[in-house]
Amino acid sequence: MRRSNIWLWSAAALAYAFLYIPLLIVVVYSFNDSKLNAEWVGFTLSWYVALFNNQEMLTAARNSLIIAVSASFLATLLGTMAGLAIHRYKLKFLPVLVFTPVAMPEILLGVALLLFFLQVLNLTLGMVSIIIAHTTFCIGFVAIIVRARLQGMDESIFEAARDLGASPWQTFRLITLPLIMPAVVAGALMSFTLSIDDFVITFFTKGVGEPILPIQIYTMIKVAVTPEVNAISTLLMLLTLTLIIIAAKLDSGILRREAK
Amino acid sequence: MALLEIRNVTRCFGDFTAVDNVSISIEAGEFFTLLGPSGCGKTTLLRMIAGFDLPDAGQILLDGKDMFGTPPEKRPIHTVFQSYALFPHMTVADNIAFPLKMAGTTPDEISSRVREALDDVRLANFGNRFPQELSGGQKQRVAFARGLVNRPRLLLLDEPLGALDAKLREEMQIELINLQKERGVTFVFITHAQNEALALSHRIAVMNQGKVEQLDEPSRIYGFPRNRFVADFIGKISIMNAQVLEAAPAHLKLSVAGLGEVTSPTKENVKMGDTGVLAIRPEQVRISHHAEEVELKNHFIGKVQGFLYVGDVTTYIVELPNGARIEALLPNSAPGRAKFFEAGDPVAVSWRHDAGTFLND
Repeated sequence: MRRSNIWLWSAAALAYAFLYIPLLIVVVYSFNDSKLNAEWVGFTLSWYVALFNNQEMLTAARNSLIIAVSASFLATLLGTMAGLAIHRYKLKFLPVLVFTPVAMPEILLGVALLLFFLQVLNLTLGMVSIIIAHTTFCIGFVAIIVRARLQGMDESIFEAARDLGASPWQTFRLITLPLIMPAVVAGALMSFTLSIDDFVITFFTKGVGEPILPIQIYTMIKVAVTPEVNAISTLLMLLTLTLIIIAAKLDSGILRREAK
Repeated sequence: MALLEIRNVTRCFGDFTAVDNVSISIEAGEFFTLLGPSGCGKTTLLRMIAGFDLPDAGQILLDGKDMFGTPPEKRPIHTVFQSYALFPHMTVADNIAFPLKMAGTTPDEISSRVREALDDVRLANFGNRFPQELSGGQKQRVAFARGLVNRPRLLLLDEPLGALDAKLREEMQIELINLQKERGVTFVFITHAQNEALALSHRIAVMNQGKVEQLDEPSRIYGFPRNRFVADFIGKISIMNAQVLEAAPAHLKLSVAGLGEVTSPTKENVKMGDTGVLAIRPEQVRISHHAEEVELKNHFIGKVQGFLYVGDVTTYIVELPNGARIEALLPNSAPGRAKFFEAGDPVAVSWRHDAGTFLND
C-alpha cells in the first residue's frame, strides 16, 4: 500500500512540475536584472516599469480588456439562456449544438468566422468582429456550467414558486436567477479568461487595425524574448489564475466539466 | 356545491393511461386522501389539480368554475411538496412571506402574518435561519406554514411525511390533523402508506391503475373493502376461495372448498352461485387450544405454522384442513415471552358470523 502511494505521489509531482516549471521560469525572469534570459543577475522591478511606459502595450491591454469584458458579457447572457433552454426542453441535439464550438479545433473556428465576417456579413475586421468571435466560443462554456448547476437542483422548487403565486417571469427573477447566479458569475469569469488570452481566433478575426495583447506579445518575441514579455505574461497569468480560482470557488462543478 | 369537483378526468402519456375517467367530489373542510401504490395515478391527479398538468378529457372545477385555462399561480390552491421545495436562498421568514408577497399583501400585514404562521408551527425563533440549517421535521413545518399562510381554498400535500423517520412521522400526523382542524382548510393528501391514510383522513379514495377502486370513510374502507385490490392493499387480510350457497337478507352462507360452510355478512348484488373469495382480517380471527370452548358460528380445526412476535401483538399463521393459511392476531397483554402457541400445535380457529367479507371475482 505504502509503496503504491509513493509512486502515485511521484507521478503527481511530475505532472505538476511539467505544468508549472515553464510558468515559474517566466515569473522568475520577469524580475531578473538582465536583458538576457540566461542567468540570474539580481532582483529588479524595472521591466514592469518599462512595461507601463510602453504605449503600444498599454493600448493592446486596453483593447483586450474591452474585448474580454464585452465578449464575456454577451456570452454569459446568451450562454445562460442556452443552459436554461437545454435543461428545460431536454432535446438531444440542443446540447450538442451548443457544446460543439467548445470542442472544435480553434483554427477551424477561426477560419470559419473569418469567412463568415468577410463574405456573408461584409464586416470590416476589427474590435467588433473579435468580440463576436470570442462570444461564439465562450457561449458553450457558460451553457455547460449553468446547465450543470440546474441539473443538481430540485425541480419542485420552481414549481413551488408558481404554485405559491409567482408568474413565470417572477419565478425566473426571484428563484431561478438567484439560484443559478454562482454558475452565471463563474461562467462570466471563465469566458473572460478564455477571451483575454485567446490567440488563434483573435489572429484570424482581428484585421489590421488595433493591437491586441496576445498578438502583441507574439510580435514582441518574434524579435527576442525580452524580460518585458516575461513581465506582461506574469501579470496576465496572475489575472487569469485569480479569476479561475474565484470561478471554481463559486461553482465547484466547474472543474469537472461536461463528462458526457 | 362541492369545493372541488373532478369530473371524468383522463390523462394519458403515450399509450399509458395514468388517470382513467376519475370522478371525485371533495367538500369544503374535508381531509381527503388519495391512496394507492406508486404509479396508480395519484400524483398525476394532484398535478392536474395544482395546474402543473392538464387533463386530456374531463374537467376539474373549483367552486363550480372550470380550472382548465387557469395557470398554477392563479389557482387558490397551494401544494406541500414531498421534497419540501423550500427556497434555499431565502430565510424561513422569507419563504413563508413569499406567497403573501406574490399576492400583493402590504408589508405590515406580511410581517404579522409570518409571525403568526411561525408561531402556529412552533418555529417562532427560526425566522432568520436558512432551510439548510433546519432538521427534516422543521423543514416540513416550514413547508406547511408556507402552504397555509395565504389561506388557500385547498392545500395539496404530496406525500409530505415520506422522508421522515417513523417516530417523527407519527408526531407530524397529529400536528397535521390539528393544523387542518384549526384552519378549516380543505386538504387533499396523497400517500402510499395505508396506515397514514386511515389515521388522517375523513375520506379516502383508493386508486389503482388510474382508477378509483373505492371511495369511503377509513373505517368502511378497512372494514368493508369493495374488492380484492382494496382488501389486499389496506392492512393484512387472509383470503380463501368461496362460493355462495345462500344469499339471505341478513347473512351469506358460503362454501369454502375443503373447509365447509362459513357465514359472513350480507352484501349487495351477491346472489346464489356467485364465486369469489372470503377475506378475513387477522384481528377478527380467534384461536384457542380446545374446540369445545368455541361458541362462535364459524369454527374449524387448524395447526400453527409459525408466528411473528412484534411486541404489542403476535401474529399466528394457522394452516386449515383445506391447506389454506389464515392469520390470527393476539394482543400480548401479559409482558415477557407469554406465547400461548408453538409451531405444530393443533388449535381451534373461529370468527364471528359478522366478521369477514365476501368479495366477488
